[in-house]
Amino acid sequence: MKNLGWTIVLGLAALAAVLAAAFGQDQLYQTHAWILAGVTAIGAIIMLRQVGVAGEGPGDKTGYMDDPIRYGVILTTFWGVVGFLVGVVAALQLAFPELNIEPYLNFGRVRPLHTSAVIFAFGGTALITSSLYVVQRTCQTRVLSDNLTWFVFWGYQLFIVLAATGYLLGSTQGREYAEPEWYVDLWLTIVWVGYLVLFMGTLIKRKEPHIYVANWFYLAFIFTIALLHVVNNLSMPVSLLGSKSYSAFAGVQDALTQWWYGHNAVGFFLTAGFLGMMYYFMPKQANRPVYSYRLSIIHFWSLIFMYIWAGPHHLHYTALPDWAQTLGMVFSIMLWMPSWGGMINGLMTLSGAWDKIRTDPIIRMMVIAVAFYGMSTFEGPMMSIKAVNGLSHYTDWTIGHVHSGALGWVGMISFGMVYFLVPRLWNRKQLYSLRMVNWHFWLATLGIVVYAAVMWVSGITQGLMWREYDAEGFLVYSFAESVAALKPYYILRAIGGAMYLAGGLVMAYNVWMTIKGKTRDEKPIVVAHAASAQPAE
Amino acid sequence: MIDYNSFRHFADSWGLLYMLVVFIGVILFMFRPGAKDHAKAAAQIALKDDRAPEGKE
Repeated sequence: MKNLGWTIVLGLAALAAVLAAAFGQDQLYQTHAWILAGVTAIGAIIMLRQVGVAGEGPGDKTGYMDDPIRYGVILTTFWGVVGFLVGVVAALQLAFPELNIEPYLNFGRVRPLHTSAVIFAFGGTALITSSLYVVQRTCQTRVLSDNLTWFVFWGYQLFIVLAATGYLLGSTQGREYAEPEWYVDLWLTIVWVGYLVLFMGTLIKRKEPHIYVANWFYLAFIFTIALLHVVNNLSMPVSLLGSKSYSAFAGVQDALTQWWYGHNAVGFFLTAGFLGMMYYFMPKQANRPVYSYRLSIIHFWSLIFMYIWAGPHHLHYTALPDWAQTLGMVFSIMLWMPSWGGMINGLMTLSGAWDKIRTDPIIRMMVIAVAFYGMSTFEGPMMSIKAVNGLSHYTDWTIGHVHSGALGWVGMISFGMVYFLVPRLWNRKQLYSLRMVNWHFWLATLGIVVYAAVMWVSGITQGLMWREYDAEGFLVYSFAESVAALKPYYILRAIGGAMYLAGGLVMAYNVWMTIKGKTRDEKPIVVAHAASAQPAE
Repeated sequence: MIDYNSFRHFADSWGLLYMLVVFIGVILFMFRPGAKDHAKAAAQIALKDDRAPEGKE
């Protein structure tokens, strides 16, 4: 009977969660157990209402499995808007401290909520969604298992809900980009192993003899994240019914483990995964094969071999041994080559079709994404040089760098993916409005430019003020003076972020109207550009 | 019994050499004769019809 198994499993999970809530040792654990009980009970009821008693066949299993991908596109858009909104709130809290509403909405809790909402909720959902779309298309086969796909998809969303509520409630193990406590980590491990099995299994049953390069990147992302997540989160819970745990590492080993994880989360989550996206959706939207397939393979292996060593550059001038710092720096600089090889490969895919940048706003979005990939992977290695890092580290420059990569590269390529997929998945001839894509493009691009430029100025100001000595060797500025100097930049940063958020809202409206099957009455984009090509720049 | 030092010496000698050889091997493999045609065919995979698996509607 259809869905009966799911109903039973979810019902039992709800029961177990209620028991965990009853016997939980601390309030955080109990609250989380109640949330889990609520979510699983709702899931069980939804499944129960869909139980087919008899006569229903297994359904059409011959085509591609696109239902989770449709949910995924909607959730990607949703989490994007949520994540950007929380980011703007966090930015405003830094500019106007009165906005720190204790205890649930102070900056210390909002900040991990923002980073996880954009990286794991928005980025992660975008990656899972697009990887399932791409692997089916490039392997010419349906996913390995429908049930496993649903498990991975909703299991990951459950992880997001538990992580997000945990941050606001104050549950954290204090590890950068890995704040959720041990039981949430264990759940993610189970989901992620399921994802790996699903992806590998689909690759194994492929009809296409060659594994397309996008899948290599996706597989590297899935595999490496599994490894990073498990090692970084090795810890011992105080009690199986309590939320607190202690890390297996201490001191500088702990710091290195965290940044080995942290930087490779950038390298394999925010880079390799989204490169998989680029290598499929860019050729697709441009309707041209990738510029050099062999370069894409070299790009892949160079990235894989080098990225994993770059983490120590987050620990320059610390207790970490000098040789390890230098190792991190040298590998970071070497990363220039694969990064720029990949960027050139992406951009040159348009060679012979450059006019598409003018006529197709979706291509424009993907091109700016690749351009920002190039820019931030130039800036990153530069900042990893010890002398530069001495100025940039702990300042807003780092924040600006992260955002030019995250907003510019990760965000823009994901928007391109969403705009590409929505008409296809809902069988629409076109998007609701291409002009709104253009609006989104400019709002987002100008938002990033404001953000990054302001953070450069503020970061360098900070760095220079901190290191300013007078003739007697005393520091010229107190820390509070450097904070006061940054106020105008913090306000400008919030404006840049708000522009990016506005772009996200435009996208959400466009996606929603496309799904409803509407088309906006508007002038075609080519004509408009001939008329207003100059002033718009 | 493997201790930190012997493990580390193994890693920065034979381990390093192994990684380097594999890496260079991968790069050289991409330039083997015939690789170009193979790569050209592989690049077309993304552009195939994306509505349904091969041979089905």
